[in-house]
Amino acid sequence: MMRFMLPLVAFLIMVVFLFVGLSLNPRQVPSPLIDKPAPVFELRQLHEPEKKLSSQDNLGKVWLLNVWASWCVACRDEHPLLVHVANAGIVPIYGLNYKDERDTAIQWLRQFGDPYTVSIVDPDGRVGIDYGVYGVPETYVIDKQGIIRHKQIGPVTVKSLQETILPLVKELQGQS
Amino acid sequence: MMNHLNNRQAFKLQNEGRSSARRELRVKLLLASFLLALFLVPLTGWAGNEAPLVAEDPVVEKRMIELTQNLRCLVCQNESIADSHADFSNDIRREIRAQIRANKTDQEIIEFMVERYGDFVLYDPPIKPTTFLLWFGPLILFISGLAYLIIYLRRRRLQVEEAVPLSENEKKQVEALLNENK
Repeated sequence: MMRFMLPLVAFLIMVVFLFVGLSLNPRQVPSPLIDKPAPVFELRQLHEPEKKLSSQDNLGKVWLLNVWASWCVACRDEHPLLVHVANAGIVPIYGLNYKDERDTAIQWLRQFGDPYTVSIVDPDGRVGIDYGVYGVPETYVIDKQGIIRHKQIGPVTVKSLQETILPLVKELQGQS
Repeated sequence: MMNHLNNRQAFKLQNEGRSSARRELRVKLLLASFLLALFLVPLTGWAGNEAPLVAEDPVVEKRMIELTQNLRCLVCQNESIADSHADFSNDIRREIRAQIRANKTDQEIIEFMVERYGDFVLYDPPIKPTTFLLWFGPLILFISGLAYLIIYLRRRRLQVEEAVPLSENEKKQVEALLNENK
């Protein structure tokens, strides 16, 4: 009996490991920035380049930082959802226009709608490196103390909004 | 020298016909690879790009390459940042060059990367509780295999030693059986 059980058990353990391995998404690299202060930036605004916005300006409120670009195809998938969230006035969304051209970026927002309270410009991706951006779009949930509480890699979906982002936003807004 | 040139020219003439066919093949291959490249353009904005020219300073470049060979490109995960032509890797290489010029140590630069991208960016993961299985798993497997082998061999040896020698009668039976097919 033992003779057959041992290989069977070994096989089953291997199946479990391989199955878990298959269901993991290698693109989803957990960010070390979760629960750490959001990296400080001071960047020019997209629509009014003479004005700047600092990450410190947003202290005291819960906000989303959405990394986007007009060249990013997946950004178009999530964009209607962002517009919806912005129109509903649930949480302010700030856009980080990542490695983009100003004119095409403004044109893109005109075409697809502008959900952003303010869009700021990161032309060479330097602030993107500080935030550990590696696949646009990415969305960060930042709390009132300026701490990153969640990072969505890849486009925001109805599921990720309903199950993770919006409940978290609500919870964070309730905190002092 | 002249002779050599003439030979080459003759060779060229001989091959004129063949080389035009080859040229046609080359054009076809080029077209095919172009079409293939179109399919490979990723959807999520992780597009590859041409490598920039080697930086002006070979010393900085050498250190940068040594450092980035041990860093994983997060976009094309099986390539190091040194090898990758993704936009992401270009940016990181530029950043690391700048930090080398700013006299940062290797340690500081590696920490800079880990703070932003996590241990995943390292090809050489640090030893800590979450990576114990990764580091020591193979060793544990090897030792348990070895232990199993030793126990198995010892048990078998005992069985062999315990074996009772054949009686005269049994020996005759064995011989009869062995001779049957002769």
